[in-house]
Amino acid sequence: MSNQRPDGVTPSQTVGPYFKYGLTPNGEYEWNDAFTGNLLTPDVSGERIRVEGKVYDGDGAVVVDCMLEIWQADSQGRFSDPQDKRALPNSSFKGFGRCGTDRTGGFAFDTIKPGPVPDPDGKPQAPHILLAVFARGMLLHLYTRIYFDDEAGNAGDPVLAQVPADRRATLIANKGAGNVYTLDIRLQGDDETVFFDV
Amino acid sequence: MTLLYPLQSLAAHPARLSPNYRSTLKRSPQKPLIPIRHSLSELTGPVYGHETVREHDNDLTIQAKGEPLGERIIVHGHVRDEDGRGVPNTLVELWQANACGRYVHVVDQHPAPLDPNFTGAGRTQSDAAGYYKFITIKPGAYPWGNHQNAWRPAHIHFSVFGHSFISRLVTQMYFPGDPLFPFDPIFNAVTDEKARMRMVSSFDLENTQPEWALCYRFDIVLRGRNATPMETK
Ligand SMILES: [Fe+2]
Repeated sequence: MSNQRPDGVTPSQTVGPYFKYGLTPNGEYEWNDAFTGNLLTPDVSGERIRVEGKVYDGDGAVVVDCMLEIWQADSQGRFSDPQDKRALPNSSFKGFGRCGTDRTGGFAFDTIKPGPVPDPDGKPQAPHILLAVFARGMLLHLYTRIYFDDEAGNAGDPVLAQVPADRRATLIANKGAGNVYTLDIRLQGDDETVFFDV
Repeated sequence: MTLLYPLQSLAAHPARLSPNYRSTLKRSPQKPLIPIRHSLSELTGPVYGHETVREHDNDLTIQAKGEPLGERIIVHGHVRDEDGRGVPNTLVELWQANACGRYVHVVDQHPAPLDPNFTGAGRTQSDAAGYYKFITIKPGAYPWGNHQNAWRPAHIHFSVFGHSFISRLVTQMYFPGDPLFPFDPIFNAVTDEKARMRMVSSFDLENTQPEWALCYRFDIVLRGRNATPMETK
């Protein structure tokens, strides 16, 4: 049975409106969190940052029942996954975080600024964080990337180069006071976030 | 092992804009998604060990002082990749309504009783062969506001990781023969019938435990193919 080739993948279904007590309880429900929006570990090196924003729907209304997940390299551009054949991070930093939006549609991740990761040709990509967006009304999650407005490497990034210039800003978080970067996610509309077909 | 993630595999998924499911109207992008090549960022993913899962987190019937009401069931199966290989040590999370079709979530106002002995959340890790197992209560159908007299077929929500960030899957497991199937726009948003039936568990008499619990099998197939395709026997 285990050698039988499946007909195809299991289709995706919406995360629905009621995931919070199971996936992002965050102290509001009895169940413990497997993951939170705080990726920082005591031993992690690198520039500590917060990335925050709000999620909006096609009417410009905030999305209060959204789940966001991020995946990123450490400050040296290495992933905490043995599939990354280069040297693994020498800290307990996992690079994965999850949070649900709050009553204002807001989200926040406390993490470190990732280092550059090579593209498929071995050229450096600008520092970025992968973001997956799940919500009621979304039958299949969406993937986007978070770049940083203070990175010179953005100009040569092969992924940003594929994005029409007038839409690039939807991928670039803006640095404010106290190492806080802000980026809003717009699921639909004129300023719609660029999502990737991966 | 290096896996490939062909975009064709995504054809099984529902269209993001599926108007019969009304909430998709304002929550699906209108501009085309931009295809990009897979770099290490896409091809790697979180690895979590046993520290994430406690010993009895896969048994939803022993989380409270007493036993929950409803029909005790075993839900088990394999997490596999597209070549049929088991996906080892991957996190499997589930959440569901109780036997009456009520979630503990504060937003759920369905006038059906909450069960003080049932939360409806669980998690486990697949073993070296990709096998996982939960013990829970069969969830009830519940009404929702999508259209007049709309009811969701009984289902269990699943969240699975796999080998990379792009093999991530959130889905729903259904029960065989549910009379609500023809009327549910979420289930039917998967337009290919064979793909749709992959979300329906099968009744597993062989692993049903006499005098104790019915068993359902739900195998989950995630994206990911070997770089060098296997010959099919
Ligand atoms: Fe549900």
